[in-house]
Amino acid sequence: MTGATGSSDLGVALLWVVVGLPAVVGAVLCLAGRRADRPAPAAAVVTASLALVAAIAVAVLRPETAVPFLPGADFGLAVDALSAIVVPTVVAVTLLVLLSSAAEIDDRPARFSGLMLLFAAAVGVTATATTLPALLFAWEVMGATSFALIGYWWREPDRVSAGTDAFLTTRAADLGLYLAAGAALAGGGSLVLADLPAVAAPWRDVVAAGVLVAGLGKAAQLPFSFWLSRAMQGPSPVSALLHSAAMVAMGGYLLLRTSELLASTGWAATTAAWVGALTALALGAVAVAQRDLKQLLAASTAAQLGYVVLAAGVAGVSGGVAHLVAHASTKALLFLAAGAWLTALGTKQLPALRGAARRGPLVGGTAAVGTLALAGVPPLSLWATKDEVLAVAREQSVALYVVGLAAAAVSAAYAGKVLWVVWRALPADAESGYDTEEEGTRRVHRLQKAPLVVLAAGAAVLGLLVWPPVGEALRQALGEAGASRPGVLELVVSAVLAVAVVLAVARWPLPEPGWAARWLGLGAATEVVAVRPVLRLAEALARFDDRVLDRAVDAAAGLVPRGAGAAARADDRVLDRAVDASAPGTVRTARLTAEIDDVGFDGAVRGVAAGARRLGALARRSQTGQLHHYYVQAAVVLAAALALLLVVTR
Amino acid sequence: MLSLIVFLPLGAAAVLAVLPAIPDRAARWTWVAVALADLALVGVVLAGYESPAEGGLAYEERLRWIPSVGSSYHVGVDGLSLPLVALTAVVFLACAVYALREDRRPRVQAALFLFLQSVCLGVFVAQDLILFFLFFDLSIVGMYFVIAGWGHGNAARSALKFFLYTFLGSLALLLGFIGLYLAAEPHTFDIPELVAAAPLADNPGVGGLVLAAILLGLAIKTPTVPFHTWLPPAHTDAPAIGSAVLAAVLLKLGTYGFVRIAMPALPDAWQAWAWVLITIGVVSVVYGALVALAQTDVKRMIAYTSVNHMGYVVLGVGAAGLVGSAAAREVAVTGAVTQMVSHGLITGALFLLAGVLQERAGTYEMAEYGGLAEPAPRYAALFAVAAFASLGLPAFTGFIAEFQIFAGSIGTTAAAALALPGILITAALFLRALQRLLTGPPQGRAVGFADVGVREGLPIGGLLALALLFGIIPWPLLDLITPGAETVVDLVSR
Repeated sequence: MTGATGSSDLGVALLWVVVGLPAVVGAVLCLAGRRADRPAPAAAVVTASLALVAAIAVAVLRPETAVPFLPGADFGLAVDALSAIVVPTVVAVTLLVLLSSAAEIDDRPARFSGLMLLFAAAVGVTATATTLPALLFAWEVMGATSFALIGYWWREPDRVSAGTDAFLTTRAADLGLYLAAGAALAGGGSLVLADLPAVAAPWRDVVAAGVLVAGLGKAAQLPFSFWLSRAMQGPSPVSALLHSAAMVAMGGYLLLRTSELLASTGWAATTAAWVGALTALALGAVAVAQRDLKQLLAASTAAQLGYVVLAAGVAGVSGGVAHLVAHASTKALLFLAAGAWLTALGTKQLPALRGAARRGPLVGGTAAVGTLALAGVPPLSLWATKDEVLAVAREQSVALYVVGLAAAAVSAAYAGKVLWVVWRALPADAESGYDTEEEGTRRVHRLQKAPLVVLAAGAAVLGLLVWPPVGEALRQALGEAGASRPGVLELVVSAVLAVAVVLAVARWPLPEPGWAARWLGLGAATEVVAVRPVLRLAEALARFDDRVLDRAVDAAAGLVPRGAGAAARADDRVLDRAVDASAPGTVRTARLTAEIDDVGFDGAVRGVAAGARRLGALARRSQTGQLHHYYVQAAVVLAAALALLLVVTR
Repeated sequence: MLSLIVFLPLGAAAVLAVLPAIPDRAARWTWVAVALADLALVGVVLAGYESPAEGGLAYEERLRWIPSVGSSYHVGVDGLSLPLVALTAVVFLACAVYALREDRRPRVQAALFLFLQSVCLGVFVAQDLILFFLFFDLSIVGMYFVIAGWGHGNAARSALKFFLYTFLGSLALLLGFIGLYLAAEPHTFDIPELVAAAPLADNPGVGGLVLAAILLGLAIKTPTVPFHTWLPPAHTDAPAIGSAVLAAVLLKLGTYGFVRIAMPALPDAWQAWAWVLITIGVVSVVYGALVALAQTDVKRMIAYTSVNHMGYVVLGVGAAGLVGSAAAREVAVTGAVTQMVSHGLITGALFLLAGVLQERAGTYEMAEYGGLAEPAPRYAALFAVAAFASLGLPAFTGFIAEFQIFAGSIGTTAAAALALPGILITAALFLRALQRLLTGPPQGRAVGFADVGVREGLPIGGLLALALLFGIIPWPLLDLITPGAETVVDLVSR
């Protein structure tokens, strides 16, 4: 705990404001629907402003809190040195994007603002979560709101399916966090993020693998990058928030936060570093080949996040977070500028945007700052933050450094491509290229301009995060005081490289190879390797279910009537016939019995009766009625009795 | 108190059944009033409930019933049953409100559903196997009449299939119960006594056979792959509220049987069979999700997601039978019981939503719709929320359940990770359904589709609101379940 002072109670309350207020207001706006359309943009801006004030306060107060959630795993939130930088950045970008979208989104603004606020709340929790359940909770809500925001124009099926792609790809990676939670329980029992490096050995590797996959998926690193291309179907303000400062950046942020865990396994950190470096290079090449401004910016986002992931892999957390924040400001600026041109001119195709910067110097000027920062031109922010990351990488592997430097040259190329296209002379037939995607308004609203200025300032000066004194304090707070820093030579090399490439792009056209233009075929590969086989398997199983399992049950059930029929037949044919057949026998037996009865038993009975009759007749003879007969009989009986008595007593 | 809760609906059902003079309107509102009163009584029980000591029961009642076979009228609740009692009361109230629009024999329907409510509550409070079996079987009879009497399509055949299949299951269950009775010394059907005695602990052969009979009975009811084929036709042809009750409550009778009877009374056999259960669980999760993904009929799709969701429950309780950290296994069982409640709330809402399609346009075929969000924004919003809740999005109970099931069972055996693709496929199928039904330009039967009104929106929204409430603040629910789950894990580890 960070000491129970009075300010920490206030800090806890403010932390709940940062995450709770946007959540509640967002939910209310979504539920209220059309009724809230009129006040929604203002309500959202006010909410985000209050959240920003609270976010700055918690960055100072560093509160820590936990509420009961699951048994043995609280819903823990805390602001530490890392989140103290990221949370205010995200909330500030949210505020600026909401300002801009107040002018840009006129179709059901209540739902739009509500979803944006819900998203911002989820990002706030993601950034401050201290336990896995809290992290996963916010992580997936972030994914779901991004689905709803990318597919915001739901009448167009293509945009909704882009949202589906984004959600499913990131959720596929999110399975890693479920796996990590299980492995953490198996290998130690604690779901606190800070305890993960202490998980017992075989399980710790599973935890690290799960976290790594989840982070790479959200950060649109290889091989998950394709969803980000599809996500460009969403409104520009959505990209300005989700695909610069928040969602995608949170993938990199998670890996920065868990860099100790990654390092503890040995292999996970190395993997992260190389995936990051290669994504920076490969997706940079993809960006170079794009002709659609938003597609170019999307590929560039994945590439720039590659540096953050590289930083997480080489444990250069301070440089990584500085790059993350500087890139957030730069990319939000460029997406908003792209959105401003899209609403004004009705196109985001680079050939059609030729000279667009000259139509309005404010949008053009801020966009120039953004592209130059992206190119790594000194003294703008990304030049310094990227070198900070590369310096730590070089310490570990020169190969990583070389790949990273090559990626820097590539980023100068795609940034230069945008810069020169929009700043060339406005062609006379410019109007003919406009309004290909929507009816342009030909003007940029005041509310769209103001955020550009703020973000351009950020893109210019956020490099201060690596220079003393701010950088020194940050490194101190993150325990990286002794980390390697870029030398003068490296800074000069990267600066010269950036300037040279940008100038070269002005002179020579860039190649646009098909493999890069098609995003390395990642979308097609996903379709072939994952989507189609799964759908085919699903259909096959559904047929199996209907035709085999269900019919087997029906057939088994059908056997019952058939069995019953067989039993009924057996009843008729066997039992009944047996009975029938047995009947004559029974009769014969009965007759025989009757004969025996007649001749035997009955005869015996009759014989006994006849004997008795004869005896009776004999007895009757003595009863003559003559007195002398009775005397003789009495005398005989008495003599017999005497004789018997004599015999017995002898 | 429990008896009052169980028999109040039955009494009302008897009155409604024998008085044909009751007007339809009065019958409908009587049903709502009785369901509300029953829920209020459950609320009183919940308010006064304190977790009993290990293995004990609260609100226990025991009366002589059939002493000659050692069977008594024995009821009581604990952390495993009370959430399901509350779920039952909530779901039946939602159905009563939803059915306020019903015009087909509403009096008889109200009586039948009140009867069904009584027997379902009876199963969850029963602490005697004969009593359990009696209520269990009567629920099948009640549901048969619901499908046959108020269903559509091929209702008679589906109802018969449902009846015969699940009745067969209940016979297997009875066989197992008699096995337990005979094995216990002295013979008894009393569940706490059987649990305390664990009668077949030293007879693995017979114990395995008895458990097999009970598992077969419960697996058919739950249902798990491959005994699930009665479920899709029963759901497809059942009326909306029939489907809601079937999915939300009746399926739980099966899974509840695992934690109430099979696990604590046959711990050794359960440990021996744990791998079978885990396999069935994983297969049900993945197979159910994949088959659901291929469906074109909304209701069949939701029915198959039930197979998937019940697969998580089987996985969680199966993992509890393994040797492993007790804490992880408790998490898995807590998650499994949470999933029963969560699935009841969310799938109940989804089936009511599917019923709205049938009532408005006469079909569940997704291809017949498109762009419903335009004519029916409230319907679209409710469907989208229910779909995300069902795919396990955090902030809804499904996440609380599935996170615990996965964390707990992966924490016990790494093999449980094989079920992880289930949550991805579920997400895919629900997003596809959302896309087909709700988005794009309105077409087919979506044109002129009337949006949901209060009497439909209130029960659906209410169920989802509860899923949201306990998804954000899960501890009141988990505080209830966890002691029960701990007891079960202790008992099954004997």
